Amino acid sequence: MRRPTEEPAWLRWLLCLLAVAVLGVFLVLPLAAVFAEAFRRGVAPALAALGDPDALAAIRLTLLVAAIAVPVNLVGGVAAAWAIAKFDFPGRRLLTTLIELPFSVSPVISGLVYVLVFGAQGWLGPWLEERGIQVVFALPGLVLATIFVTFPFVARTVIPLMQEQGRTEEEAAATLGAGGWRMAWHVTLPNIRWALLSGVLLCNARAMGEFGAVSVVSGHVRGETNTMPLHIEILYNEYQFVAAFAVAGLLALLALLTLAAKSLLERA
Amino acid sequence: MTIVVSELRRRFGGVAALDGVELSVRSGEFVALLGASGSGKTTLLRALAGLEFPDAGRILIDGRDMASVPARARGIGFVFQNYALFRHMTVAGNIGFGLRIRPWRSRPSRAEIARRVEELLELVRLPGLGGRYPDQLSGGQRQRVALARALAIEPRVLLLDEPFGALDATVRRELRLWLRGLHDRLGLTSLFVTHDQDEALELADRVAVMRDGRVVQCDTPEALLARPADAGVAGFLGDAARLGCEVRGGMAWFAALPPVPAEGVAEGQAVAFLRPVDLLAEPGEGEARVAASRQDGRGVRLTVAVGESLLEAVPAPGWQPRRGEACRVRVLAARVFPA
Repeated sequence: MRRPTEEPAWLRWLLCLLAVAVLGVFLVLPLAAVFAEAFRRGVAPALAALGDPDALAAIRLTLLVAAIAVPVNLVGGVAAAWAIAKFDFPGRRLLTTLIELPFSVSPVISGLVYVLVFGAQGWLGPWLEERGIQVVFALPGLVLATIFVTFPFVARTVIPLMQEQGRTEEEAAATLGAGGWRMAWHVTLPNIRWALLSGVLLCNARAMGEFGAVSVVSGHVRGETNTMPLHIEILYNEYQFVAAFAVAGLLALLALLTLAAKSLLERA
Repeated sequence: MTIVVSELRRRFGGVAALDGVELSVRSGEFVALLGASGSGKTTLLRALAGLEFPDAGRILIDGRDMASVPARARGIGFVFQNYALFRHMTVAGNIGFGLRIRPWRSRPSRAEIARRVEELLELVRLPGLGGRYPDQLSGGQRQRVALARALAIEPRVLLLDEPFGALDATVRRELRLWLRGLHDRLGLTSLFVTHDQDEALELADRVAVMRDGRVVQCDTPEALLARPADAGVAGFLGDAARLGCEVRGGMAWFAALPPVPAEGVAEGQAVAFLRPVDLLAEPGEGEARVAASRQDGRGVRLTVAVGESLLEAVPAPGWQPRRGEACRVRVLAARVFPA
């Protein structure tokens, strides 16, 4: 007997095979290729490529940028989600749309915007230069571009949950004597903690891997303003395939670890 | 704790949710806010708790103006319609919340809080369930946890928004008698919102009937049933049927029913409200006919056809009515208002 909602066996198999094939060709194969290429000449050359001073500088810079951008987006994203989900104010819908802007704008444009504002010929460029502050082609520019590109991740994962939970638990806390901070700390944040963590992990994965926006503001100074994705591109263009794929492998590994952590969290 | 509300107004967009509410509650009273949905009863309750900000009017609690007192400083217990339990906290965590978050000067010790929580669990008859989470409880249990949580801050005023709305009939009845007992024992002043008139009439010392953002009448259940303020209240309470009539010489005259006294009602067209218990059907040739008979927990109810209208009536004692049988209807009482 077949249940009314069940498809025939051949159709189920076909669909499964199709899904596996698509996944294999478009996701698993390229990922496997990265690691295969990295270890083509054995383990030693790959490790040597990672130990190169420029590569180490790129790894350090990538982690530093992510370490600044992710907490900033954590705070900013929670604040935006909070405002949208718990309060009524004019312009609420506009804010909701603006949060998605970084997703819809090309990353190259996101980078260019900062060059236009902070660059030598930009609006604030001369003013900043007089004071000896360099934004573009330096760490501040990289951080700004990364924050912009990864801003939606935290807000987008938290908003739907906060909206679904509504405001009554906060109201209950208020009638029991809780002020704003206690309410936030004891009621609101615990209710969104898992979604928040998942948003942070996604934000982190993207912050480490961002290429387009960062490429525009970086200036590609080796050992100084190259993040991992930029370093990979330079190595590849110089035909240093093993080194390029070794760094790429490390970056992919960081992303995979982040994803694994996220799915572990979701199961718990 | 007396509560005095005067001229309270609140608009949402273009709609007036509260349109000049007047209400006065004496210390120790148990008052029901009764009304159809959209009559403003929940908005009034939320305004009392400080969760809604009135546009105009005053709320005095024990003579003190509440306008500048935020919800967290009012010390009013509030039980939400969907209970609003903190889902990530255990039952004990929920109940102890109001004590745990006090500023450290006035915060009881950990042991003291635990003791209070145990006491409250006993009080709401849920001993031993302190370690559960809200989603592991039944509706009736959640309701009692919400009540215990509200009582933990030792409020003098308790506000309940549709406290029995989500419960099934037997649990409801049991809980409301228990709640009434609790109110009396703790010396609270309580207001509860309901759209169920049986609940309001059974439980409350006085019932405030709300309509279109106003309290149209606030009285004891007996007075409400005997002397409704207007046609709206009369029609709302006690499953009353509405029947056109004409007032002449202090009597209301119907098309097919015997006349009833209608003192003080202006002469001319009028409308009368007749509850089933106001109409006594007796066997014998008459103007009426038995259309249906139904037995429920409260006894036998007849539907009698009188002229054009179908009315609910009570059969005379000892009579076994059959469907289609002719009968006479006596009107024991009626509330008559000018049309």
